Amino acid sequence: MAAKVFTIDGQEISATEGQSVLEAAHEAGIRIPTLCHLEGVMDVGACRLCLVEIAGSNKLVPACTTQVADGMVVATTSERLQRYRRLLLELLFAERNHVCAVCVSNGHCELQSLAMHLGMDHVSFPYTFPKLEVDLTHRLFGMDHNRCVLCGRCVRVCWYVEGAATKNFSGRGASSRIISDLNQPWGESRTCTACGKCVHACPTGALFEKGTTVGEMQKDRGKLEYIVTAREKKQWIV
Amino acid sequence: MDRLKIATVWLGGCSGCHMSLLDLDEWLFELAKVADVVYGPLVDTKEYPAAVDVCLVEGAVANTEHVELMHQIRQRTRVLVAFGDCAVTGNVTALRNPLGSAAPVLERAYLDPANLRPALPHEPGVVPPLLDRVLPLQEAVPVDFFLPGCPPPADRIKAFLQELLAGKAPHLTGANLRFG
Ligand code: SF4
Ligand code: SF4
Ligand code: SF4
Ligand code: FES
Repeated sequence: MAAKVFTIDGQEISATEGQSVLEAAHEAGIRIPTLCHLEGVMDVGACRLCLVEIAGSNKLVPACTTQVADGMVVATTSERLQRYRRLLLELLFAERNHVCAVCVSNGHCELQSLAMHLGMDHVSFPYTFPKLEVDLTHRLFGMDHNRCVLCGRCVRVCWYVEGAATKNFSGRGASSRIISDLNQPWGESRTCTACGKCVHACPTGALFEKGTTVGEMQKDRGKLEYIVTAREKKQWIV
Repeated sequence: MDRLKIATVWLGGCSGCHMSLLDLDEWLFELAKVADVVYGPLVDTKEYPAAVDVCLVEGAVANTEHVELMHQIRQRTRVLVAFGDCAVTGNVTALRNPLGSAAPVLERAYLDPANLRPALPHEPGVVPPLLDRVLPLQEAVPVDFFLPGCPPPADRIKAFLQELLAGKAPHLTGANLRFG
C-alpha cells in the first residue's frame, strides 16, 4: 500500500492509502473529538463532531469519512471548528432529555465527557423537553430514547458485527427513532439474539443492562474489539 | 478594598448545592475575611439587598415567586451565577417538563395517594403556583457564569470563587465542567 504524506495542524505525518484522516490523526497522537465513530465498524459521518478544515476548500468535512491524500493540509482546532463543535453538542443536549445526575451512564458517558472536554458549561438553546419512551420489554436490556443521540452505533454493530439486523432507524430529522425489527417492542423481536453488542457500542445511557442504576452502566468496548479483530485479522486478543 | 457582598438563593433545587458550599469547611473562614454573606437560606434577611456583588443561584425557576425574585435579584446583582445543574440545565427539577404542564405531578402528589378530602393546594398569595415549564436560570434572566455539577463538589466551588475573588472571570475546564 502506498504511503501518503500530509499535514495536520502544522505537523507532517505519513499514512497508508485508504486510511481516514481520523485514523491517521489518532495514530499521530492528535485527538479529534468523535461520537458516532466506533473502532471496528465502518464510519458513516453521522454526528459531525469530527469536522475538520482542508486547505483550499471552504467546506468542512468529517475526518472519519475523509480519506487522506498526498499533500493535504488539514486543520482540526480552528476557532470556527470549535464554535461549530460546541454548537452541535449543545443541539444534541437540547434535542433530548439528558439528566446526568440520575443517568445509568453518569461518569462513563462519551457525550458527557465530550461536553467536559469541549468546554460546554451550559446550553444556550432552549431545551425541547420532548416526551419520549423507555422500552423495557427486553429480557436483559433497556432502551431509553431520552438519552439517544442517533449516532447509529447500535445499528451498525447489530447489522455488521452480530448480523442480526434487529436495530434500525425510523423517521426523519428530530423525529428519528431507533427501532427494533418493524418498530415493535424490543422484547418481541424475533431477530434479536440478546448478544448485547448494541448496549456496549452505545456511547450514552440510551442502551443499558437491566438492573443497573445511576452511574453503574460501564460499556465494555473491549468485547467488540475482540470479535472484530478475530474476524478481520484472525487474531484472538488475550 | 471594600468587602464583597455575596448572596445565595435557593429556588427549585434540593439544597444539595448549599450543602456542598458548607463542605468548603475551613475555607469558609478565608472567605469570611474578604466577603459578607448578605442574603440566602443561611442568613436571616427577608429582603434581597441592593448592590450585591455576587449571587449564587441554586435550583431551577419552577414557580411564579421564583420568576419575580429572579428579576429583582438580577437588577440588584453585579455577577449572577447559575450554581449547580438544576440552575444550569433544569436537571431533576425539570424532569416534569415533558409532561407538558404542572397538573400531572400535582395530581400524582396530592390527589392519587389521598384518602381523605383530596385537594390541590390553592392559597393565592401564600403558595406560589408552579410554572407549566420549569426553566433553567438562563431562560429566565441573563446569567454571567455557570458552575455545573449535581452538586458541584466543594473543590470546584472553591476554584470558581477563588478566581472571582481575584477579580478574574472564572473559567472552569476539564473535570470541573462535568454535569451530574
Ligand atoms: S446519556 Fe450521558 S449526557 Fe445524557 S444524561 Fe446520561 S450521562 Fe448525561
Ligand atoms: S442485543 Fe444483539 S442482536 Fe439484539 S438488538 Fe442488540 S446487537 Fe442486535
Ligand atoms: S441507542 Fe445509543 S448507539 Fe444507538 S443511536 Fe442511540 S445513542 Fe447511538
Ligand atoms: S465521528 Fe465523524 S461524523 Fe461522527
